[in-house]
Amino acid sequence: MNQTELIASVAKKTGFSAKDAKSAVQAVLSAVEDSLTKGKGVRTTLGTFGVGKRGARKGRNPKTGEPITIKASKTVRFKASKTIKDKINKR
Amino acid sequence: MTKSELILRLAERNPHLYQRDVERIVATVFDEISAALARGQRVELRGFGAFSVKRRDARQGRNPRTGETVAVTSKRIPFFKTGKQLRDRLNEKAS
Repeated sequence: MNQTELIASVAKKTGFSAKDAKSAVQAVLSAVEDSLTKGKGVRTTLGTFGVGKRGARKGRNPKTGEPITIKASKTVRFKASKTIKDKINKR
Repeated sequence: MTKSELILRLAERNPHLYQRDVERIVATVFDEISAALARGQRVELRGFGAFSVKRRDARQGRNPRTGETVAVTSKRIPFFKTGKQLRDRLNEKAS
C-alpha cells in the first residue's frame, strides 16, 4: 500500500473527498515528522515513534580502504504497540 | 506527544475542521495502516518511511526466572524503516 492507496481507503472510511483525505493524511504525517524533528517522540495506536541517537564512529571507505569518521546522527525508532502486534499475529 | 496531543495540534492548524473529524482522521490513518499490515501488506509512505511485517522463526527460549526451556512459536512483527527525507530532516540536511 502506498500513500495514494492509504488516502483512498481513508477517504472511503471517513466519507471525506479524495482531496480532503489527501491533505488530512499529509497533515497527520507531517505533524508526526515535526514532533520528531523537535526531538519529541509520538505515541500512536500503531506504536511509539521516537528519536534515537547514533554516536560518531570510525569507518572505512570500502573502495579505497582509507579510514573516515562517520558523524553522529539521529534516526527514527519505532516500537510497535501491543495492539498492532496482536492484530498481525491474529491473537 | 500522545495521540490526543497530536489531535489537538492538527485541530489548531486546521480550524476549518471539527475536532471530532480530526479525531476520526487520526484514528483512521493508523487503523488503515495496521489493517494493511495485518493483511501482510507493506505500507510505503514516501518521504516518511515504510512499514512492513517481518517473520520471527520459532525458537527455544528460556524462562529467565526459572531457567527452564520453553518453546517460542514463530511470530510476525511490524517493522518501520525511516524514509530518506525524514532521516535527512532529523539530521538537519536540506530535504
